[in-house]
Amino acid sequence: MTETPLYGLMAEFDNPTELMKAARATYAAGYRNIDAYTPYPIEELADVIGFEKTRVPLVCLLGGILGGLSGYLLQYWINNISYPLNIGGRPSHSWPAFIIVTFEMTILFGGLSAVIGMLGLNGLPAPYHPVFNNPRFSAVSRDRFFLCIEAADPQFDPESARQFLSAFNTVDIAEVLE
Amino acid sequence: MHEGPEETTLAEERLLPGQPPVMVPGHTFGSLTDKIADIVLRRPLTLGWSLGVAFFASVALLLLFGATYLFVRGVGIWGIAIPTGWGFAIVNFVWWIGIGHAGTLISAILLLLKQSWRNSINRFAEAMTLFAVACAGMFPVLHLGRPWLAYWLFPYPNTMGVWPQFRSPLVWDVFAVSTYGTISFVFWYVGLIPDLATMRDKAHHPWAKAMYGILAMGWRGSVRHWKRYESAYLLLAGLATPLVLSVHTVVSFDFAVSLVPGWHTTIFPPYFVAGAIYSGFAMVLVLAIPIRRFYGVKDMITMRHLDNAAKIMLATGLIVAYGYAMEAFYAFYSGNPWEKFQTMNRMFGPYGFFYWLLITCNIVIPQVLWFKKVRTSPILLFLVSIDVLIGMWLERFVIVVVSLSRDFLPSSWGIYVPTRWDYMTFAGTIGFFFVCMFIFVRLMPMIPIFEVRALLPESAVKAEVAAHD
Repeated sequence: MTETPLYGLMAEFDNPTELMKAARATYAAGYRNIDAYTPYPIEELADVIGFEKTRVPLVCLLGGILGGLSGYLLQYWINNISYPLNIGGRPSHSWPAFIIVTFEMTILFGGLSAVIGMLGLNGLPAPYHPVFNNPRFSAVSRDRFFLCIEAADPQFDPESARQFLSAFNTVDIAEVLE
Repeated sequence: MHEGPEETTLAEERLLPGQPPVMVPGHTFGSLTDKIADIVLRRPLTLGWSLGVAFFASVALLLLFGATYLFVRGVGIWGIAIPTGWGFAIVNFVWWIGIGHAGTLISAILLLLKQSWRNSINRFAEAMTLFAVACAGMFPVLHLGRPWLAYWLFPYPNTMGVWPQFRSPLVWDVFAVSTYGTISFVFWYVGLIPDLATMRDKAHHPWAKAMYGILAMGWRGSVRHWKRYESAYLLLAGLATPLVLSVHTVVSFDFAVSLVPGWHTTIFPPYFVAGAIYSGFAMVLVLAIPIRRFYGVKDMITMRHLDNAAKIMLATGLIVAYGYAMEAFYAFYSGNPWEKFQTMNRMFGPYGFFYWLLITCNIVIPQVLWFKKVRTSPILLFLVSIDVLIGMWLERFVIVVVSLSRDFLPSSWGIYVPTRWDYMTFAGTIGFFFVCMFIFVRLMPMIPIFEVRALLPESAVKAEVAAHD
């Protein structure tokens, strides 16, 4: 039987300030495969661990453009190519009447792609993730803050990482198995 | 929350003397989480809740009964008859969809305006939106005559080779309302994800754990996830803001684009939107006042919320009053005899009583909201809100029925009288709406836990650490 590999070393904090301090120092020490876990969003924290840009707005923009184009082109195609109807002598390509559906489709596709893009880039739904192997981790959805140095980091060594993390004001440091 | 570093937290926010805070001090992350989650997870089944559900479910049965008979006999069972082809169904549709607007306004527009007080009321206001849109959506479908062919409204390739008429406001409505329903649902669900993770982690019962676990999709609060989450949430808010303004605008086009006197005015879109928010906030108060009382969340839904909601009601009510005044002014200023006649008919015709009742409910009585005493008394606020809901329903009745019942040709005039089936269907949707709300408060955290955590003073990263970069 092979031994379960290590996923990372996880430190627990009971307030955001200590987590922030530790996260900043960890990044400064050269660790790159790190992640922090918090019960509510802390915007600056993402920058601290080196995650500055998200592509969610781009996905949303592309979705919105796709939605708007398909809404307009659908109406254009229906009214001019597929089944032109003369209603009260109005032009087939009566674009002002098409604006509302175009607008609604832009919003619909833009909104759905923002959400699907967010979930997709986040890798959700995720039926399994190693961090939950730490029995204390469930407090992340209540009042605790976690910082994890992942074993995938080239600089990672269980002993030195533990030593490094114990310099901070942690509540607990635990090894997390894959 | 969702704020940049320049924002203040609750503790630093300067309050005017005598102004109640957004959240009563003394909570910690843990106590907040427990308090909100325990309403769902630990609170035993109470008699009040059971009786409430039993009552409203019985009322909702009227909808089932009314709709079933409608499917059997057709729309002839309703009071609609030419010239009044749009009766209760359209009145109720416009009323319900308007109520939904407050939820989106609270969750999207107030978020963009960084009104942090919205954090504790947005969840149930969004739920209110969803259920109100569900109620609204039923009416046009029931009104179709052949409701089983409702899917013909959507453009799909079909063997008949025909398409919907895209120059018709009724087709715009289909797109506006279905987009609105979808985006409202997605917005609500995305807001729920982190809280569902909390529920998953706190639940003891294996079934509850599994259900919340599936719905939470494995949310683990990673800072990368939060960043994308926040970004998507803000984008949704940015998209929902023009959307909510557009929905009632499109609904008003159903009227304004036609040529019927009393409908054909350019003031309709803005005043419909204001009226929608007006009635929506009234419904928010009708729900919030009992919820904070019976679920003991007065420390999170404080007098500040009630006061602010009342002020929004007052403001939108005045916009609506301006709309009524302008409508009457246009009619005479235009010199159009039909418009003039329609206005006189509205005020002094066979339905004149309802017009003046509407003015009383929507304009006269809500002026009491100028007084702080009224805005800080939950009972009075509750009564004013009920009054506004009645008033806004009457407004739609006056617009829909009175304008249609007397059109250009006196020989085609008629009087619309709703039948018992009209009343039953309407009452049934009210029952349905409240049953949904009752079930919602026991199934989902009704206050967004992660958003109120960010309102706590301890949520801020201490300045000396945050500043260093």
